[in-house]
Amino acid sequence: MLAADYRGPRRVRADHKPMPTIQHPRDAIVRVTRSCICGSDLHLYNGLVPDTRVGMTFGHEFTGIVEEVGAEVGNLNPGDHVIVPFNIACGQCHFCKQGLYGNCHESNAQATAVGGIFGYSHTAGGYDGGQAQYVRVPYADFGPTLIPDGMDIEDAVLLTDVVPTGYQAAEMAGIQRGDTVVVFGAGPVGIMAARCAWLFGAGRVIVIDYLHYRLEFARAYAPAEVYDFREIDDMAVFIKKQTDSLGADVCIDAVGADASGNILHTLFGKKIPIEAGSALPLHWAINSVKKGGIVSVVGVYGPTGNMIPIGNVVNKGITIRANQASVKRLLPRLIEHVQAGRINPKALITHRVPLEDVSDAYHMFSSKLDGCIKPVLLPNGV
Amino acid sequence: MTSTYLTRPQAIDPATVTGWGVDADPRNDPTYPIRERSGDPGPGKVWDRPTQQHPQVEVLRSIEHNRLPAVVGTSTPPSGLSGMMRRAAFHYSESDWTHWLMLLGADRVNMVEGIVTDLARGKVPNIPAEMGVRAAWKHDRTALVTKAAVTVAVSALAIALLRQRQHRQRPHDVRPVHGRAGGGRERRALAGSTT
Repeated sequence: MLAADYRGPRRVRADHKPMPTIQHPRDAIVRVTRSCICGSDLHLYNGLVPDTRVGMTFGHEFTGIVEEVGAEVGNLNPGDHVIVPFNIACGQCHFCKQGLYGNCHESNAQATAVGGIFGYSHTAGGYDGGQAQYVRVPYADFGPTLIPDGMDIEDAVLLTDVVPTGYQAAEMAGIQRGDTVVVFGAGPVGIMAARCAWLFGAGRVIVIDYLHYRLEFARAYAPAEVYDFREIDDMAVFIKKQTDSLGADVCIDAVGADASGNILHTLFGKKIPIEAGSALPLHWAINSVKKGGIVSVVGVYGPTGNMIPIGNVVNKGITIRANQASVKRLLPRLIEHVQAGRINPKALITHRVPLEDVSDAYHMFSSKLDGCIKPVLLPNGV
Repeated sequence: MTSTYLTRPQAIDPATVTGWGVDADPRNDPTYPIRERSGDPGPGKVWDRPTQQHPQVEVLRSIEHNRLPAVVGTSTPPSGLSGMMRRAAFHYSESDWTHWLMLLGADRVNMVEGIVTDLARGKVPNIPAEMGVRAAWKHDRTALVTKAAVTVAVSALAIALLRQRQHRQRPHDVRPVHGRAGGGRERRALAGSTT
């Protein structure tokens, strides 16, 4: 079968690999119908995540048709078209019982800090991902959800990560009616977080980035006030001026390790990775939120450490809330939002690319070329 | 570790602690609604484990796990020099920077191994294509050409400087006594022989 094949930092190619097989009675084999490249895949692509091995297939946002199921999968049948959450979750461990499906304890041998994630290095379990024609889906009796009748497949594929992650960013922020919410990052997740902030009752939503085409999109789609951080001398001062010197009620970091905009963070987080990625948006969030405010983090960072003003977290009494999205927990509500027209996920998709051209898709997305917001791979054609 | 009163299990029944739970307030839960606390109340954290997968390839395990998780990924098992580095890294915990820095180092070694493996299979990797040069040519030609030009210019400059340095060193190598730099000991020896 054809699959994306990681060859080293900024090198991915489409290559032939063996077909996946059932390795556990709760596995399924799924033929992939749509597979996105996620902004967090770029952290892997850029070599920032430890234990990213040459030969691995990335891809944690995909839909597919069930081809084969293991002996313990009783709720799926071959031919079912499913949304596959990016989390690999057993549904019965201590953490899954609490709804923390991003923190499953029975799916990641290499690390305890995160549950298994499809195609996201061995630090997230060492599973091949969905940027391939076929993929092994563990715990298939628990994770996958049937695509509802009438739902567009391109809406469905964004329910695997982008929509739940953006939604959970707003949910974790504990937004109260009338709150001012600042979202750092106008990538797909940041745009979705801004959209969802309104669903929780925000009074004002501000999005910060430097890519004007994305800011324009966020302005219309969320909708939101948008600003280019390159035109702002000091982020904390700017946000304070926007909020009567108090600071925002809520700040959301929707960027993660690949943030641009600061020489020190770029040097130590990306060029010589002493930091676990450039933590500039988190730095800004901490210093821009009000005293007693909430910082919600869904941007992905590596597992080591980052230079952030932790002293200000203490002195300002900030609550930091963060997690990988718990997709399975959120899906029922998000499907309602999509069906009711409150969220339009597929509007984020700007590029549809055959799997054969995965190298170009990664370069285009990574370098923000051709107005790219969200590229979707078509592993088995349209 | 020597067993002392600090390392021996010291179970305490909360009910014996004065004032236990008097201010407990379920509404004071900043994790709501992310965490469903009723899912697993109490200190005993047990569950019916899923069927254990028995992987047919080597799967490294964090030392913070007390057992292999029921399901594991089997993509790209450790191999070669990078595999040795990864195995060594897994002697350290996730809390230890050594663990992650060794893994990052292994990733870089693995990249070279990938090229060697390609060549050994008779395949010359098309690295520009893998880096998406076609997309760069189509959508960002100016930057691509500039980058290529800068790379060529810097390489040419480096080669020129290297050659110039080699050229300067050559007379010194063949005439150590009369060279401008170095050869001091020889000069002193020569001077000594004349006095």
